[in-house]
Amino acid sequence: MSEEQPEAEVAEPVTRPTPQARGKRGKAPGILPGIIQGLVTTAKTAMKPTHTAEYPDVQPVLPPRSRGVIALLDENCTSCMLCARECPDWCIYIDSHKETLPATTPGGRERQRNVLDRFAIDFSLCMYCGICVEVCPFDALFWSPEFEYAELDIRDLLHEKPRLGEWMATVPPPPALDERAAEPAEVVAANRPPRVVRPGLAARGADAGAEPGGEA
Amino acid sequence: MSVLEVVLRAASVLAAFLVLPLLVGQAEHKVMAHMQGRLGPMYAGGFHGWAQLVADGAKFIQKEDIVPARADKRLFRLAPGIALVPYMVALATVPIHPGVAAIDVPASAILVLVATGVGALGTLIAGWASANKYALIGALRSAAQLVSYELPLVLAVASICLAGGSLSLATLTDRWQPHWLLWQLPGAVVFLVAAVAELQRPPFDAPVADSELVMGPWTEYTGLRFAFFLLAEYAGIVVLSLLFAVLWLGGWHGPWSDQLGFVWTLAKGFLVAVVILWLRIAWPRLREDQLQRLAWLTLVPLALLQLGLTGVGVVMGW
Repeated sequence: MSEEQPEAEVAEPVTRPTPQARGKRGKAPGILPGIIQGLVTTAKTAMKPTHTAEYPDVQPVLPPRSRGVIALLDENCTSCMLCARECPDWCIYIDSHKETLPATTPGGRERQRNVLDRFAIDFSLCMYCGICVEVCPFDALFWSPEFEYAELDIRDLLHEKPRLGEWMATVPPPPALDERAAEPAEVVAANRPPRVVRPGLAARGADAGAEPGGEA
Repeated sequence: MSVLEVVLRAASVLAAFLVLPLLVGQAEHKVMAHMQGRLGPMYAGGFHGWAQLVADGAKFIQKEDIVPARADKRLFRLAPGIALVPYMVALATVPIHPGVAAIDVPASAILVLVATGVGALGTLIAGWASANKYALIGALRSAAQLVSYELPLVLAVASICLAGGSLSLATLTDRWQPHWLLWQLPGAVVFLVAAVAELQRPPFDAPVADSELVMGPWTEYTGLRFAFFLLAEYAGIVVLSLLFAVLWLGGWHGPWSDQLGFVWTLAKGFLVAVVILWLRIAWPRLREDQLQRLAWLTLVPLALLQLGLTGVGVVMGW
């Protein structure tokens, strides 16, 4: 078999030697004629374990990055609307209002905060592109491998905040970093030794700190 | 033979006729599935889908029985019976145990061949009576195939009859010798190939080629009548496998054949049936001209050669 291949390549014009070699390989895979080969192949396959996934009886083992459903961790959401605006088919619905928090210290400034009223994903429109998960700056959206949420009515595929939150439990932990990979940015930042303030710079630093305020 | 015995024999043949084809059908489901890396039916009946074909039968019974408006209605209704009953007669003549066959007639070898030939006529009648072009083309192909393959089939059986010096299947099995395995090998190959063609099983399924002719002569059939054709096909596999086992593999011959003779016959027959299924799974369909070429240029000469060899052997006293 290995001797035939170069012959075929020599005989054929240089432009397409591969298909011819492949054809020859398909025609004569060994000493046995093709019909016997067919019997041998089927018999061998019958001896091996089957590939059938007995799904409803046996749950499938899904890879951790499976795109089953999008889960929401709503305490991380700031209603920034980035996901809703990036969504290619506009299947994310967000309602929020602003709340004023009283100052924590006497004489301090009151602060405003966004409160998420509604967060819904219409999975009848979602095309599982994952842009919302990518774009979320506050890690509020996650992929979950959970996939058993079929409905009898297409309108029931619009899932609200509580349902999206339930799926958080099924989100797998992030995969471990590759061996010898660089440490995550947060860890690097936390482990960085505190900056030593040189005595000569201390006076100038006070000036520099005043400068941006002056510009503004 | 008392009336009771007749009833008993008929009932046992009917039981075998209803059970054995289902066993072969279930074996086909399972063997084919595993040869393709699948599991096959797993639910019906609980344990590994053993009742799948029973469930299929229950489904077929519920289907509407449709007779096309322009069909030859009487023949259309009759055809499944013509396909089915001869195989039952053929099954009844097969000796499965020393001295045991439901019908023990002197020339049972001829009766079996005639019966299987008539069974194939059911396909022809179905194709003609359906008033459908696919069915008609299928029936014509079936007729051509029948003419070509009946001859090597008969010649191969004739060789065994010559070797055993009898036309009775029971006597032939009785006189079977282990060296026949080699002596009658060409005839055995011819018979096996011709039997598969006679059954219109792949690779010889040009008459029902579903990619060209919808379902060939069975195109217009629904419900129970269609199920009868399927049953006839699997009954045909049973009959021809048992015939092969009896004539070429020595039927009940084996250790403790006085007690276990019928087990040997059935086991050998089942083995042959699995080979027939295996050919279907592994091989693609033959084109119509390849099919005829194989019959006339390979099988008929081979069968004649075998007949000559057998004649020489008989004269020399092998």
